[in-house]
Amino acid sequence: MTAPLDHLLILPVILPAMAAAFLVLLLRHHLRRQRIVSIIVTVLLVGLAALLFAQASDGTVRAYRLGDWPAPFSIILVLDRLSATLLLLTSLLALCVVVYAAGGVDGRGRHFHPLFQFQLMGINGAFLTGDVFNLFVFFEVMLIASYGLMLHGGGAARLKAGFQYVAINLLASVVFLVGVGLIYAVTGTLNMADLAVKVPQVAAGDAALLKAGALLLFLVFATKAALVPLHWWLPATYAGTSAPAAALFMIMTKVGAYAIIRVYGLVFGAGAGPLELAAAPFVLPAALVTLAVGAIGLVGSRTLRDLSAFAVIASMGTLLVAIGLFDAAGFSAGLYYLVHSTFAGAALFLIAGLVQELRGAARDRLVPAPAMPGETLVGGLFFLAAIALVGLPPLSGFLGKVMILKAAQASVIWPWIWAVILAASLVMTFGFARAGSVLFWASGPASGTKPLPALPLVAVAALLALTLAWTLAAGPASDALGLTARQALDRSAYIGAVLGPDARLAAGD
Amino acid sequence: MTLLFVILIPLLGALIPPLVIRSGRNACAAATGSVTLLALALLMSHAPAVFSGEVPKAGVEWVPALGLSLSVFADGLGFFFAAMILAIGLLVIVYARFYLSREEPMGRFFAYLLLFQGAMVGVVLSDNIIALLVFWELTSLTSFLLIGFWTKRADARQGARMALVVTGGGGLALIAGLLLVAQAAGSYQLTEILVRGEMVRASPLYLPALLLVLVGAFTKSAQFPFHFWLPHAMAAPTPVSAYLHSATMVKAGVFLLARLWPVLAGTDPWFLIVAPVGLATMLLGAVIALFKDDLKAVLAYSTVSHLGLMTMLLGFGTPMAAVAAVFHIINHATFKAALFMVTGTLALLASASMAGVPLFNGFLSKEMMLEEAAHTAYLGLDFLFPVLASVAAVFSVAYSARFAIGTFLGPVRHDYPHHPHDPPLGLWLPVAVLVVPVIAIGLFPAAVAGPLVALTASAVIGGPLPDYHLALWHGLTPALFMSLLAFAGGAALILAFRRVDGVRARLPPLDAKAMFEAASGGLVVACRRIVAALHDGALSRYMGVTVATLVAVGGYGFWSATHAAGARPLLPVTAPALTAFLALVLASGAVLLFHGERLTALILTGVVGVVVALAFLQFSAPDLALTQISVDVVTTILMLLALNLLPKTTPREGSRAVRWRDGAIAGLAGLGAAGLAYAVMTRNGTSISDFYLAQSKPGGGGTNVVNVILVDFRGYDTFAEIIVLGIAALAIYALLDPALKGAAVRRIKAMLPRDEAKDAHPLILVVATRVLLPLSLVVGAYIFLRGHNAPGGGFIAGLVVAIALIMQYIASGYGWAAERMKLDAQSLIGAGVAIAGLTGLAAFAFGRPFLTSTFGYLHWPLVGEFELASAMAFDLGVFLTVVGVMVLSLAQLSRVAHRVDPSPESRAPMDVPLEGAASGAAGKED
Repeated sequence: MTAPLDHLLILPVILPAMAAAFLVLLLRHHLRRQRIVSIIVTVLLVGLAALLFAQASDGTVRAYRLGDWPAPFSIILVLDRLSATLLLLTSLLALCVVVYAAGGVDGRGRHFHPLFQFQLMGINGAFLTGDVFNLFVFFEVMLIASYGLMLHGGGAARLKAGFQYVAINLLASVVFLVGVGLIYAVTGTLNMADLAVKVPQVAAGDAALLKAGALLLFLVFATKAALVPLHWWLPATYAGTSAPAAALFMIMTKVGAYAIIRVYGLVFGAGAGPLELAAAPFVLPAALVTLAVGAIGLVGSRTLRDLSAFAVIASMGTLLVAIGLFDAAGFSAGLYYLVHSTFAGAALFLIAGLVQELRGAARDRLVPAPAMPGETLVGGLFFLAAIALVGLPPLSGFLGKVMILKAAQASVIWPWIWAVILAASLVMTFGFARAGSVLFWASGPASGTKPLPALPLVAVAALLALTLAWTLAAGPASDALGLTARQALDRSAYIGAVLGPDARLAAGD
Repeated sequence: MTLLFVILIPLLGALIPPLVIRSGRNACAAATGSVTLLALALLMSHAPAVFSGEVPKAGVEWVPALGLSLSVFADGLGFFFAAMILAIGLLVIVYARFYLSREEPMGRFFAYLLLFQGAMVGVVLSDNIIALLVFWELTSLTSFLLIGFWTKRADARQGARMALVVTGGGGLALIAGLLLVAQAAGSYQLTEILVRGEMVRASPLYLPALLLVLVGAFTKSAQFPFHFWLPHAMAAPTPVSAYLHSATMVKAGVFLLARLWPVLAGTDPWFLIVAPVGLATMLLGAVIALFKDDLKAVLAYSTVSHLGLMTMLLGFGTPMAAVAAVFHIINHATFKAALFMVTGTLALLASASMAGVPLFNGFLSKEMMLEEAAHTAYLGLDFLFPVLASVAAVFSVAYSARFAIGTFLGPVRHDYPHHPHDPPLGLWLPVAVLVVPVIAIGLFPAAVAGPLVALTASAVIGGPLPDYHLALWHGLTPALFMSLLAFAGGAALILAFRRVDGVRARLPPLDAKAMFEAASGGLVVACRRIVAALHDGALSRYMGVTVATLVAVGGYGFWSATHAAGARPLLPVTAPALTAFLALVLASGAVLLFHGERLTALILTGVVGVVVALAFLQFSAPDLALTQISVDVVTTILMLLALNLLPKTTPREGSRAVRWRDGAIAGLAGLGAAGLAYAVMTRNGTSISDFYLAQSKPGGGGTNVVNVILVDFRGYDTFAEIIVLGIAALAIYALLDPALKGAAVRRIKAMLPRDEAKDAHPLILVVATRVLLPLSLVVGAYIFLRGHNAPGGGFIAGLVVAIALIMQYIASGYGWAAERMKLDAQSLIGAGVAIAGLTGLAAFAFGRPFLTSTFGYLHWPLVGEFELASAMAFDLGVFLTVVGVMVLSLAQLSRVAHRVDPSPESRAPMDVPLEGAASGAAGKED
C-alpha cells in the first residue's frame, strides 16, 4: 500500500498533463478561461513543489514505483533534495512566466497554455525520474513542447531558428537512444540506482562499450546544457522566440545540467570503478570555453534578445564550471548559481520582451531611438537584472560567483578558472553597460505614450524579487544546498532508497 | 548593533527621496539630509569608545558557508573615514539641493547618493572582506549611475561606462586578491587578518594576492596607469564630483592600502610597486593639471596627483610615512571638496591649501611628504624620489595658482544645465564649513587634528606610533628647502606658462576618452566578427561540428577503455536476409544520390521502413512489425502532403570540398554507429527483459509481452509518449494556423508550379476509400481488443483507424471530409490523454501507485471467457490520442493545401455517380 501523501510525488507530472488535456478538450476557444485555469494550476504546482520540498528536507530519498512493479523492473520516480529543489524552482519560474504571458503574448498563436502545461510536465518528469529511458521520454516531451512554444506567434525568423533547434535536438535524441542502448546492452538495466550498482562491476571486455555509451549520453546532456561546441541551437532559439517562452527555457538548459549531476555524479561518479568520473575531463575545459563564448557573444550582440541569449550561454558556462568539479562544494555552489541564473536570466528575457513591445520601430535593437514609455522603470529593472547576471554585488550572482571561485580551488587549474570567470565578468559588465546606456540613456524625446503593460511588469518584478530573496536567504540556502550536494553524491542512500537496503550491501557501499 | 545601522540607514533610506519628492524639493533634501544625519549621529555615539581605544563591533551572519557575514568594526581608520563620508555627504546634500535645477529628478539623484553613501560607509566599516567586496563594487555601480545622471549627454554616458569598466574591473581583481589574502590568513575577518600579517607575507599566495589587491586599489584611486577614468567622471553633476571623485570613493583605494598596510606593506614588492606608482601618479597628475583650462579638469587631475601622493606615502612602508599619508587624507578631503563647490573668495583659501601654502593644512602634510621622500632611496637611486617629488610640488604650486587666478579671471564652463546667478546660502555655506578646518588645522595642527591623526594612524600602522610632531615649524629641514624650491619653481612656471604651454601643444595629444572609446569600439567589432564567424546561421555547419564532436568523444570513450569481442555466434546468412540487406544498402545509397529530389528520396526511405519491418518479423516481433508498417504509412502520407506544398527539389548547398568534408564526418559517424551496433549484437547478457517475459501473464494479465510492457510495465513511458504525439499535433496545428492566412498562402502559390493533375480526386480512389472505411474501423476495433494477448493494441489500432480516416481526406478532398468528420481531432487528443491519465490515477483509490493495473476475467454469453484489464482503459486513451494526432496533423496539412489550391472543390464528380449506383455503400451520410 502507498500512503496517500506519497502520491504527491507523481502529481507534478500528472497535474499539468491533465490540466493541458482539460484545456484542449474543453477550453480551447476560451483564452480568458485558459489563462485562469493555467495560472491556478501553476499556483497549485508551486504549492505542490513546496510540499515536496518540505518532505525532501528531512534528508531521506523517496522512491515511487510506478505500476507497483518492483525495482528495477518498473519505472521509478525519485524525490530527494535535488529533485525537490528543482521542482520548486521550476514552478516559481513558471508562475512568473505564465503571468507575463497572460498579459497578451498567449493570444498570438494557438494553444499556448496547453503547450505550456505540457512543457512543465516534461520538465518535472525529467527532474523526478530515476530511469534513464524514462528520462529520454521526458526529454522528448520537453523538446516537442518547447518546439511548439518556441514557434508560438510565428514569423519567418522564428521558423528558421525553430527548425535548427528541432533538428539539432532530434540528433541529440538519436544519440540519447544510442547511448542508452549501449549502456543497456552492457548492464541490462535502465534504472539509475541499478546502474549505479552494475556499472562498477562491468566486465573488462564490456568497459569500452559502456564508456562510449556514457560519453555519448554526456554529449546529449551537454547539448541540452548548451556546452560549447554543442551550443549552436541556443542563441537563435532564445533570441528568436517570444519572451515568455525564452524565460521558461531558462530551466531547460538547467535540465541538461541536472542530468549531468545525476548521471555523472551518481552512476558514473566517484566509485564507478573503471568508469569513475567518466565525463569529468570534458566538462571543466568546455565550460570555460562556453563562458568565454558567452561573454564575447554578449558584447557582439546587436539586439537585447541576442545579448540575453549569450548571457545564458555565459551563465551555463559558469554553472558547468562548478558542476565540472564533481565534488560537494562544486555542486553546492553550482546549485546556488543555477537557481540564481534561472531567475535572473528569465527576468532579463522578459525585460527584453517589454523593451521590444514598448520601443516602437527600433524594437530591441541596440541603437538610439525615441524614449520608450516607462524608460526609468524598465531601465531600473534592466539594471538590476544585469547586475545579477554579470555577478556584481550585491545580488545573488555575486554570491554564487564567489562560491564557485572558492569551490574551484579544488581543481588544479584553479588560477585559470578564476582568471576566466573574472575576465568574463569584466567583459560582460562592459557589454551590459553599453547596451543599457544605449537603450535607456541615449534615447531621444519620447515618440508617444503607450500604457505600460501591468501583468508583464508584475512578472518581471516578481522574478527580481525572487532574486533578491535568494540573495538575502543565501545563508540558509547554501546550507541546504550543501546537504543537497552531499546527498546527490551519496550513492548508497540513493541505491538503498530505490532498490532496498540489500542492494546497498551488494553494491559494497 | 547600532554600528551596522550606520551602513543600513543610508542604504534603506535611499527609498525615501523618490517618495518624498512629491512633497517638494526642500522636503526631499531635508529627508535625505536627515537620513545622513541619523547615520552620522549613530556613528558619533561610538566616538567616545573609539577615542578611548576600543574597537566597537557588530554583525549578523549572512552566508556562513561562504564565510560571509555583515560584520563591521570601527577602529580609528574606519571611524575616521565613515565620519568623513557622512559629514561631507551632509554638506553635499545641502549643496545639491540648490545646485540641481527644477527639471532634474532630484528624488532619483538623492536615492543614488544615499545608496552610494551606504556602500561607501560599508567599505570602510566592514570587518568581513567579502562584505567589503560587496560594498566596494556597489560604490562602482552607484558611481556609474551618478556619473551618467545627465543621461542625455554623450560624455556623461561615456564617462560612466569608462568608470564602471575600470573600477568595476579592478573590483573583480580585488575579489580574487582579497580571497587569496583571506586564504593565506585563514580568516575572512579583517580583525583577524590584520594580526596575521606575518602569516600572509610568508604565504606563497602573497605575491599574487598583493598584485590583485593593488590592481583593485589603483583602479579605484585612479593611480597610473588607470588614472584616465577619473577626469572623465567629472561629467557628473558637481556635487557628485565633489563627493565621489574627490572626497570619498576615489579614496577607497587609498583606504584599502591603509587598511591592509599591516598585512601587505613592509616587503620589497610592496615598496617597489606601490611607491613608484604613487610617485608617477602624483607627478603626472600635477603636470597635466597645469595645462588644463577647464576648472573642473584641473581639480580632477589635481585629485589624481594628491591620490598619488597618498599612495606613494603608503608605499614607503614606514610608520612615519603612514602618519603623513593619514594626515594628508584628512587635509585633502577638506580642501578638495571645498574647491569643487567653489565660490568666491573661499576658493582662494582652499587653493592655497592645495598649493601647500604655509598656514593652511595642505602645507603641513605636504611638508611631511617631502620629508619622507627626501629619505627614500629606490633601488639604490637616492635622488629619484626627492627630485621627482619636488618637481611634482613645483607643478602643484603652479596649477593651484592658475586655478586661483582662473576662478576670478578665467573662462567659466557654460555647459552646466543652469547657471546660478547669485549663489544662495545653500551653495556657499557647505564650502565655508569645509574651509574652517583648512585654516584651523593649518594654524594649530596638533590641537585640532592631533588626536584624530593619532587615532587613525595607529589603526593604519597597527602598532606603536612613531615619534612625530604636527607643527608649523620643524626647523631647517630638507623638506623646507624643497617647499621653498617648489614655490620658486611654481612661480617661474606660471610666469613662463605661455612658453611651456607652447612646448606641450607641440607634443602629440593623448586623449584617454578617445582611446578608450576606440578600444571599446574595437572590442565590439572584434566580438561581432567572432560571433558572425562562429554563428553563421548554417545548420549544416552546426550539425557538422556537433557530429564531429560526437565521433571524437565517442571514439575516445571506446578506445580509452578495454574491449573484448562478443561471444555470441553469428546467424547463418540466408537468401531472404541477404536480399533484405542488399535492398537496405541499395536504398540507402540511392537516397544519398537522389536526396535532392524530394519525392524520390521519400519513396526510397520507405524501402528502409519495409526492410526494418521484415527484420522485426524475422526476429518474432510481429507487434513491432505492425507498428513499423503503420507508422511508415502515416509518415509517408504526412510527408507527401507536406511535399505538395514545397519545391520539388532541394537547393544544392556548399562547395564540393564542403560536401566531401561533411560526407566524411557523417560517414565516420555511421561507421561508428554500425560498429557499436555490431559489438552489441554479438554479445550475450542478462537484462530486465527476462523479468518482463516471466511476469507478462501472471503479473500483467497478457500474453503479448510487447503490449504489456507498453501499457503496464512501462506504461508511464507510453503515457508520456502519447503526450509527445499529442503535443506534436497541437504544435503542427498552431504552426500551420498562420499559414492559412493570406500572405503565407500567396507565397506558397507563387512558388508552386501550376500544372497540377487534372483529376484531383479519381473516382476509383473515392469509391475504394469509402468502402474501406467501415472495414478499417472494424479491423481497428479488433486489433485494439486483442492487443493485450496477441499482436495489436491501442497504438496500432489508432494508426489503422487514422489511416482510414485520412484516406477520406485524400480521396474526397478536405472540404468534403471535414464536413462529415463529426469528431473533433483536438478533442480526441484531449480525451485520450485524460482517459489514460485518469486510468492511472484510479489506482490511487486502491492505495496503489499511478498506473498500477488490475485485470479479471468475465464470462460473456456468446463471446465466452473475456478478459477485462484496467490496462485496456489506458490503451483506449492511447488509441484516441493516436487517432486524434494523426487526423489533426494531416487534416491541418490538407487544409493548407486546400487553401492554396481550392479549385477541385466541386462535389459533382464525387457524389453524383455514387447516388446513381445500386450499391450506394458509402457517401451520403449527411
